[in-house]
Amino acid sequence: MGEFFQLLVSGLATGSIYALAAVGFTLLWQASQTINFAQGEFVMLPAFFVLIGTQVLGLNLILGLLFALVVSLLLLGLVFKRLIIDPMLPHGVLPIVISTIALGILLRDSVKEFYSAEAQPFPAIFSERTLSVFGAVISLQDIAILITSLTTITVLQLFLTRTRTGRCMQATAQNRGVAEILGVNVNRMILYTFLINAGLALMASVLISPIYLAKFSNGESIGLIAFIAAIVGGFNQVRGALAGGLLIGVVDNMSAAYISAEYRTAFPLMLLIIIILVRPQGLFGTAEERSV
Amino acid sequence: MRLSKILMAVGLSTAMMIGSAQADSVKIGNVVELTGGGATVGINWKNAVEMAFGEINAAGGILSRKVELTNYDTQTNAQNSRAMVQKALDNGSYVILGPIYSSSTKVNMILTRRAEIPQIVGSEAPFITTAGNPYIFRTSFGAAQSMPKLAAYLKDGVKASSVGVVWVNDDFGKGGRDTVISELKKRGVKIAVDISTEVGQADFASDVIKLKNSGADAIFAYLHEEESARLLKEIKKHGLKQPVVGETTLMNQKVIDLAGDAANGAKGHVGLSADAPVPAVKEFAKKFEAKYGNKPDHNAIKGYIAAYTVKYVTEKLGKFDSKAFAKALHGMTISPKNEPGILMEVTWDDKGDIDRQSFLVEVVNGKQKITQILPKLGK
Repeated sequence: MGEFFQLLVSGLATGSIYALAAVGFTLLWQASQTINFAQGEFVMLPAFFVLIGTQVLGLNLILGLLFALVVSLLLLGLVFKRLIIDPMLPHGVLPIVISTIALGILLRDSVKEFYSAEAQPFPAIFSERTLSVFGAVISLQDIAILITSLTTITVLQLFLTRTRTGRCMQATAQNRGVAEILGVNVNRMILYTFLINAGLALMASVLISPIYLAKFSNGESIGLIAFIAAIVGGFNQVRGALAGGLLIGVVDNMSAAYISAEYRTAFPLMLLIIIILVRPQGLFGTAEERSV
Repeated sequence: MRLSKILMAVGLSTAMMIGSAQADSVKIGNVVELTGGGATVGINWKNAVEMAFGEINAAGGILSRKVELTNYDTQTNAQNSRAMVQKALDNGSYVILGPIYSSSTKVNMILTRRAEIPQIVGSEAPFITTAGNPYIFRTSFGAAQSMPKLAAYLKDGVKASSVGVVWVNDDFGKGGRDTVISELKKRGVKIAVDISTEVGQADFASDVIKLKNSGADAIFAYLHEEESARLLKEIKKHGLKQPVVGETTLMNQKVIDLAGDAANGAKGHVGLSADAPVPAVKEFAKKFEAKYGNKPDHNAIKGYIAAYTVKYVTEKLGKFDSKAFAKALHGMTISPKNEPGILMEVTWDDKGDIDRQSFLVEVVNGKQKITQILPKLGK
């Protein structure tokens, strides 16, 4: 029982980080029909912004994080939208998919070329002590990651549902034309979505890098798992992405411990196939119809 | 007419100059992991090989010929390493150095054997030297040499009666895992849990929880460098108290740097260490650190030794003859007295395995501390 509880908490903690990236997928999809295949690299990159801030510019960790936030919002939010999405958007989803795949490769290789191909240690944000709960030793870091991620997503959900700006963003996501007629500044709402996605990517990066280490190739696996999580939970619902992320984290841990460590990467994919067959819109998603 | 003659003369003399420059040099192909999961180890090896040949060329080269070194990136991919070795062979390499990952060496050493070109590798899996390939040579202990020492240490030094084994599921890991389990069982030590992990694995939570609940007295970790660091961090995160014991990769300075505090207390056997109490090794480490800004790991020492092995054997032969090189290196002992660049006395046996002094170490305050020097097996 103790082992199960530890695996559950650890799986939820990792899953909550996947959820942050998965929420980014759903936000961009809802706001601008953008599937960002560079999302994994968006999570990989801010860790290097922090390292540049602390190691190259000599900032302390807090200032390094602020520096990374500003750079992330600028590059992964504003510049990404203006330079790639805006020109591609009128041409449909496929050019955006191809562009973001290319962007992912560019970001990955740029970090490898201009920073390092080697993994880099990343400072732990939370205490690395342990806590004894019902006989099971639980990592405080896991608890802190879980709380931070869930709080972030809850605040985001509250922002989207309880504030005027959030409701305008939702209106934009639901029907851009009608939102525009109602006087919503649609372009600004879409920009906010991209900025929020950049912020979520930074959060995921800062939480995951102390454990995974900062490395140019980290985005490949994170991006794939977050994408699966978004589909499993429901690509058009924030709560779906959250559920998908947590579920994938737990399934990954449990399957590695109780079924087969060798095939651990296959289990989330099996889950994805089952969900697509049984409930194509995802666990919490809603069916979307489009005219051809 | 006159102009065409002039052009022909210029062309001919240029071709002769190029030919003469090529005759004055010897090509060495260095096929190594420069990107991908093995970049940490490959870059150390590459830097040391470049440093060694830089020194050799500055001192006049080998038999008065300059070394023309070309690096080929395997991208830590076995199939790519095969293509790169073929490229190095097609380019006329006299000797091939690298790679380090055993899974890569497994698929590319057939090419060097077929071409009868010696290949000096950093790989440690047992099968590398048991396939009867007369052209393959190690620069470090294979698992067959180091695991008996480690098993003895786990039983007598750590006093473990049960051990949890965690290993990476590739040729390097499988070779080490099979050998250490067999050696532990021979000594009556129980295997509490046997956990395979993947190359490039990032999340070790479930593996560590299994280790924690296995009741093992000690943990034996046999993973690559980055994964070793992640495992150590996860072990610390979950508050495991059992000693973590490993081979050279676990004790690598890069692992210590990446894992930070989590590496403290890890113990193991290393064939080569920049902290070894050997003046020549210390001198090399100093030069390396001054040149590249980081402390060399064991792969750097292996690369340096590989380069100076090429120099010594060739000068001993008095000619550039790849076939004779391979024949001569079997059974050869190179002493630092005869070739200072070899750093420590080393002997190659008839299979290409090496014998050399080795060390038991412990990580204390982020540094390797040598706790015992183990003599050459042949002494």
